[in-house]
Amino acid sequence: MRNLLIFISKYNAFFLFLIFEITSLIIYIKYNSFQKATFINSSNEVTGNVYGRINKLNQYLALRESNDSLMAENARLRTQMLSSFYTDTAAKHTVNDTINHQQYTYIAAKVINNSVNRANNYITVNRGSNSGVAKDMGVICSSGLVGIVVTVSPHFCTIRSFLHKDTKISAMLTDTKDIGSMIWGDDLGQHTGLLIDVPNHVKPRIGEPVVTSGFSLWPQGVSIGKVSNLKAKGGGFFLNMEVKLSVDYGRLEYVYIVTNKLATEQATLEAQQKKDDQGNTN
Amino acid sequence: MIRVILINFLRFFALVFLQVFLLKNLTLYNLSTPYPYIIFILLLPFETPNILLFLLSFLLGLTIDSFYDTPGLHAATCVLLAMVRILFISITVQKDGFDNEPEPTLSVMGFRWFFTYASVLTLFHHFFLFNLEVFRISEIQYTLLRFLLSSVFTIFLMLISGFLFFRSRERK
Repeated sequence: MRNLLIFISKYNAFFLFLIFEITSLIIYIKYNSFQKATFINSSNEVTGNVYGRINKLNQYLALRESNDSLMAENARLRTQMLSSFYTDTAAKHTVNDTINHQQYTYIAAKVINNSVNRANNYITVNRGSNSGVAKDMGVICSSGLVGIVVTVSPHFCTIRSFLHKDTKISAMLTDTKDIGSMIWGDDLGQHTGLLIDVPNHVKPRIGEPVVTSGFSLWPQGVSIGKVSNLKAKGGGFFLNMEVKLSVDYGRLEYVYIVTNKLATEQATLEAQQKKDDQGNTN
Repeated sequence: MIRVILINFLRFFALVFLQVFLLKNLTLYNLSTPYPYIIFILLLPFETPNILLFLLSFLLGLTIDSFYDTPGLHAATCVLLAMVRILFISITVQKDGFDNEPEPTLSVMGFRWFFTYASVLTLFHHFFLFNLEVFRISEIQYTLLRFLLSSVFTIFLMLISGFLFFRSRERK
């Protein structure tokens, strides 16, 4: 027993090393597999508040760019207003619109923390559950798709950016309406994504726009990027192609969180379907 | 004694602040990302007890982690760095005959020793940091390139800071 104690105190550095190393690896692995170590996350109120303060300073430096993008968006929205169309019939009918119900609403939010140069990138914005944000909502910005909400606190939420190795988004080629999946890897850089699993008979062209398919959290037709290289690695039975992303993730300032009013209905229905399938096999 | 504690305390906050609000946004061609905050562990006095050394490394790593959204990653690599530091110092420095708590700085230990010390420790730290972050073998070439270029950047920043505080110590 005494010899054991002498042994431990002689090599105390090694045993201390083991204790601390194992502790930190447990924290790391646990976070990696469950994605919900919100305890030391930036949706944590303390770090969120610090970031909010620093961001107030940074805001002034990016004022010009954000003004320009807002002006561009204003112009685009103005062209869609009814008053900017020329009507050539004098008589107008009032129609009680029973076909178009509101399905998507948007919550505007400001980016307070962002990263683009790591293997898994996250964005923190200044809207949380108090503003109606919930987990698994889609996020877009004026130039295209941004990501998915992963953790929510009362005043902040973190978004898994498109630049994340677990990202897989249902996407569509605009000309032929063929479906594929958008993914990203950190060997691609922040301006490139990969469109995979497109059927082999499709003949895409360079420069063809890629948009969301509308099957998941985002409305149909949110811009993702343009096909830039048809000869991407891998594939086999399917076509893979590189896509130049339309959003510059390094310069995000304002984003919109998409609320899909029919999302719960769709999810319940699909869960029901899965349950039925399992029932049949048993 | 109190002066040493105060200096290290200030150094801790200054380095975390610099790393999180300035160097976090800095990257060269998506390849070279500097992490010079580890100089805090490098510059702790020789006589620091092992338990305190590990505890401080763990806390520093966890603080950086909470701002980088990677719980445990920097903590694990900083604890490893502390272990490498103990081994390196026990091999290259005679333990006895110190007076008034010297620190392993550039001005005390000379350029050759400090350069080797900083390089070996930074290479160990960055190698495990980048491999632990990617966590797979398939992109090993890209990871190694990032690790090498980032290490060069970090060592460069460390030497600059060493020379910056070199003269002010001598005058005293």
